[in-house]
This record gives sequence, structure tokens and C-alpha cells, in this order.
Amino acid sequence: MNRLIIWYGELLTQKKLIKRGALFLGPGMLWLLIFLVLPGLILVLVSFAGRGAYGEMVWEYSFDNYKRLMGYGIFGWTPDYLVILLRSVWVALVTTGLSVVLSYPLCFFIARKPERTRYVWLMMVIIPFWTNMVIRTYSWFLILAPELPFAKLAAYFKIISPGMALYPSAFAVYLGMVSMFLPFVALPLFSSIERLDWTLVEAAQDLYSSNLRIFMHAILPQTLPGLSVGIILSFVPAMGMFVVPDLLGGAKYMLVGNLIQQQFGTSRDWAFGAAISMGLMILTMFSLYLYRRKNKGMELL
Amino acid sequence: MTMISKGLFLQGITKAYDGVEAVKNISLEIKSGEFFTLLGPSGCGKTTLLRMIAGLELQDSGTILLEDQDITRLPAIKRQINTVFQNYALFPHLSIFENIAFGLRARKIAEQEIHARVQNALDMLELGEMPKRYPHQLSGGQKQRVALARALVNEPKVLLLDEPMSALDAKLRAQVQVELRRLQKKLGQTFILVTHDQDEALVVSDRIAVMKDGQIVQFGTPEAVYDFPKNKFVAQFLGAANLLSGRFHDGIFHTDIGALELKTLPSWEQGTIAIRPEWIKISDTKPEKNGIRAKVNEIIYRGTNLDLGVEPGGIRVRSNTYKRFNIGDEVWLDLAPEDLVVLNE
Repeated sequence: MNRLIIWYGELLTQKKLIKRGALFLGPGMLWLLIFLVLPGLILVLVSFAGRGAYGEMVWEYSFDNYKRLMGYGIFGWTPDYLVILLRSVWVALVTTGLSVVLSYPLCFFIARKPERTRYVWLMMVIIPFWTNMVIRTYSWFLILAPELPFAKLAAYFKIISPGMALYPSAFAVYLGMVSMFLPFVALPLFSSIERLDWTLVEAAQDLYSSNLRIFMHAILPQTLPGLSVGIILSFVPAMGMFVVPDLLGGAKYMLVGNLIQQQFGTSRDWAFGAAISMGLMILTMFSLYLYRRKNKGMELL
Repeated sequence: MTMISKGLFLQGITKAYDGVEAVKNISLEIKSGEFFTLLGPSGCGKTTLLRMIAGLELQDSGTILLEDQDITRLPAIKRQINTVFQNYALFPHLSIFENIAFGLRARKIAEQEIHARVQNALDMLELGEMPKRYPHQLSGGQKQRVALARALVNEPKVLLLDEPMSALDAKLRAQVQVELRRLQKKLGQTFILVTHDQDEALVVSDRIAVMKDGQIVQFGTPEAVYDFPKNKFVAQFLGAANLLSGRFHDGIFHTDIGALELKTLPSWEQGTIAIRPEWIKISDTKPEKNGIRAKVNEIIYRGTNLDLGVEPGGIRVRSNTYKRFNIGDEVWLDLAPEDLVVLNE
């Protein structure tokens, strides 16, 4: 056990190395255990519990909450909750997709700037992070207000009736969501684009490639590491987002995040809320699994 | 009457970066089917010139003609010119087969023909076992052959090679040079190579253009450039050379180490001549002409020969004899008049 080891140039015994590893890892593991693993298990437990007449928890275990989530209620089957779940997946997908489409030109633009000004541009992407999410969302109220040109233009083209604001609407939700999640995609993507080997682009040009072919073979594979991180960083929180759809979508555009919030808030049905959370978690993990499987070939890089 | 030519013409090509001229008014004719080399130190503009031929860089002025067709403003994807890049630039996510087929697929050539042509290229470059592998599974030499196959499969009118051997070790490089020359002779295609390696240039080329500071300093067959360097730069860049400076009057060249007879007479009074270390003969007796008495003060053993440093004048001599020398030995150096090259600058 007291074997000598040279650990990156340092002479140690095996025992000492293990002790040191435990010392570094211990606090983090403990933190995760107390604040992630245990609450997670409690959530599982609560999701099988029931609700009393006054919103209190009733410890009678059943699959009722999950059945309800699947749409089986006292008045027969309705797809309401499933629609909200699927809509959440859809909104997260569209938000992530739009963020990716917008991030590529943005990142190329910033990466081509001289080093001196490049970080100024990058800061402009990061700075909104420093503002509270709720305030950022409320500021869209101002921008989309009926008195401002955007709403007036929409009214001119008869998209909305005159005197109305552009919110609450699905459009406003997507606008808010993309502005919220764009930096999560753009920043990891930028780190990949900054290190792009342009000779591959030149090689593709030299070999008669169309622009689409250049992107697919010379740019996409090289930026995939950053893009993957960006997609996950944007898709996962977008699935559970509730502030933006709540403020900009109103009651018309409820997402699963709002539904969960409602259960823990006004409806006082923690058990059902826990079941929806579990549903969201399973859906997210399933989506990530699909994504990873699809990308396995690409991960050769 | 217009000249019909199958070669590549460069006319007054100039390119500047931020006001610094990288290529200065270069005009060249590269014949169809020849192995042409742009040789020079780093920063001499040789790669810039190659990239302008490929269409990867736009010249500030000048014209490029390929088979009498003006391609000056033709983009890279429309030029029938392909490049072997310095780091090979293989697509890491594509198999060797797909890498080689890349240019053919882009031009939407029929699947059957793609297979035949890629297979042909794989055979030609002895990559028969490789088609299903990926670039990261290949050695440097194999990658280089794949890059060559990927370019050649398109049957370009001109093949450009940008320092293709700089990533190979010395032994492999020597082998690849010979193979590359054989391949080019077999195909009869025009190859343009950029390199800073003088050995490489001498081995593979039909003609060499030696470049310095964005200009072509000397231009000719390897023998002509090696045997008759025009100036100090060429003499020293290609191989080793002893430079002797002095005054020329009354038909005799006077240097610090003695008076020498010349075969070719210089047009200057004050100047430099060159002699290669392997052209100097060592003898025990005084030669008839141009004998210099010298003392050995350095001996470097190189296996196939000895490199001697002698005084006076710090002259380097390459001795192929098996004769042993000791530091301090006194010898006669025979600098034959026909071996003394008169330099212009």
C-alpha cells in the first residue's frame, strides 16, 4: 500500500495520494448528496403522495398523479397536460434552434474582429446576464408596447389589431426565450469557432464545394463540440422555463414550467407538482439520450 | 498571332499585406507537364504565390493564364487546380474513401465513376488497405498520400503542393521525394511545389525558381542553379558555398588567401566568387594553378565524407577520400579556375 508513485513530477506514496483525493472530492460529494441526491429522492417519494382537502400532503401512495399527468381525470381523458408537456419540448426545440441559427453568424462576426475589439463584442453578449431575468423580460413589455413602432408596424400589416401590444403572444414568448438563451449557445459555440481551422474551409473550396457542403464538412464537424454544449445548455433550462412564458405568453401559452409553479403555488398540490417535475426530468433525459445517440458518429472527433 | 500554350503563365503578379509587399511583380512561365519548384526561406512569398495560383488569395495586380485562358478572377472552386495542403487538411469526420471522393461528390459525378476513380487513386498511391479508416488512424506518410490522392483524383491541370513533406521525418521525406518525382513523371501532370528544403527542390524538380523577399532571384534547372548560382544568396541557400571576396585586376582575382586565376572573367573590379566545398581538391603537392597552402583546424566526421575547416579564410572543404587528417595538418587546396563561380552581387 505504501508504494511510491511519481504523480506529475511529485514523489508520493499511494496512500497519500488517495488521502489527498478524498480530501478534495469529499466536500463536493457531500454537497451533492445533501442538496441534490436527497431532495431528488424526496421528490420521487412526494410524487406518489396525495393532496388533502386544504392542500396538505396526504401520505397515501398511488400512481394517481402520474395518471392525471397522462390525462386521466375524474371527467375522463383530456390531453391538456400532455399538450403542455409537448408544447414545452417544442418551445425548447424552437428556442434552441433559433439560437443556433442566430449564433453562427454572430460568432463568425465576433471571431473575425481584431483581438483588441473582439472581447468588447463578446462582453456585449455577456452583459445581459448581469441583469435580473425578470427585469429583462419586463423590458420586452416596453419594446413591444402598442405605442412603439414594432406594434404599430404589426398593426399596419394587420397582424394585430390597432392599439394592441405585441404581447401576450407566442411570438413574444419565442422572442423572450431566444434573447434569454442565445448567450448559452453563442458562448460555447464561439470558443469552437475561434479555434476553427480555416484550411479545412480552403480545402473544401479547393475541392469544388458549394456553400452548404463547406458548412456541413468543414465548419459543422469542427464546431460540434461547442455546439453540443450550447444546445444542452439552452435546451435543458428552456424546457423548465416559466418566467418568460408567464409574463410574455400570458395564460394562452402555458408551459410545463408554469404548470409546476402553479402546483407549488396557487393550486397547493405539491404531490402533483412533484409528479410533473418527474415527467419533465424523464422527458429531458430522454431528449438528451436521443441527441447523444444521433451524434455518436460525429463524436469521433 | 497568338501563342497557344498549355502551361501556366503568371504576369506581373503583385501582392501586399498592410503595405508590405509579399510578392513583387513576378512573371513566370510554367510548362505543361513539368515539375516546378518555388524554393526560398520562410517569408519569401512563395506560399502567397502558390495560394494566388490556387485562387485562395487575390493578387493586387497581374494576370494568371492557364492554357491560354484568363483565370485571374476565377474563384478557387472554378479553377481546375488542386492543392495538397501543408497540414494535409483532411476531413477528420470522413473516411479515407470519402476524403478522396470529396471533390468528385461535390461535382455530382456518377457513383460508379467515383468508385472507379477513387479505387484507381487508392491503388496508385498504395492505399489499398485504407479506404474505411479515418484520418486520425493514419501515419504522417499515409495522410500525405491521402491528401495527394484527394487532389489527383480530380485530374487537375495543375497540382499545387504546399510544403507537403515538412511534417515527415528525414528518412521518410527522402523516400517520398523520389516517389513523388516518379509519380509526376508517370502522370505527366504539371506539379508546382513550394518548399524551403533545398535537397527536396534539387531531387524532385525539372526547374527551380529561387525566391527571396517576394522576388525570383534565379530560375533554371537544378543543375544550372546549383552549379552557377547568380549571387551570394543563391550560392549559400542551395548547398554550402565558400565565398571569397577581393579585387579583380590584370586578369587575376586577388583575395586575402592569395591570387586566383578565373575561367569566367567578372565584369566588376571588386566582388565575390564562390566555390562549393566538394569542388575543392586536397593534395599533398602544390597544384599547378590556384594552389593555397592551408592548415586543418576542424574535422567533422559525416560517415560518407569528412568536412574540414581550414585556415586561412575559414574555408570549408568536403573530403571524400579515406585519408585521415589531424588537426594542424598542412595541406594544399586546389581551387581549379573552372570551379570558381563569379557572382553578380
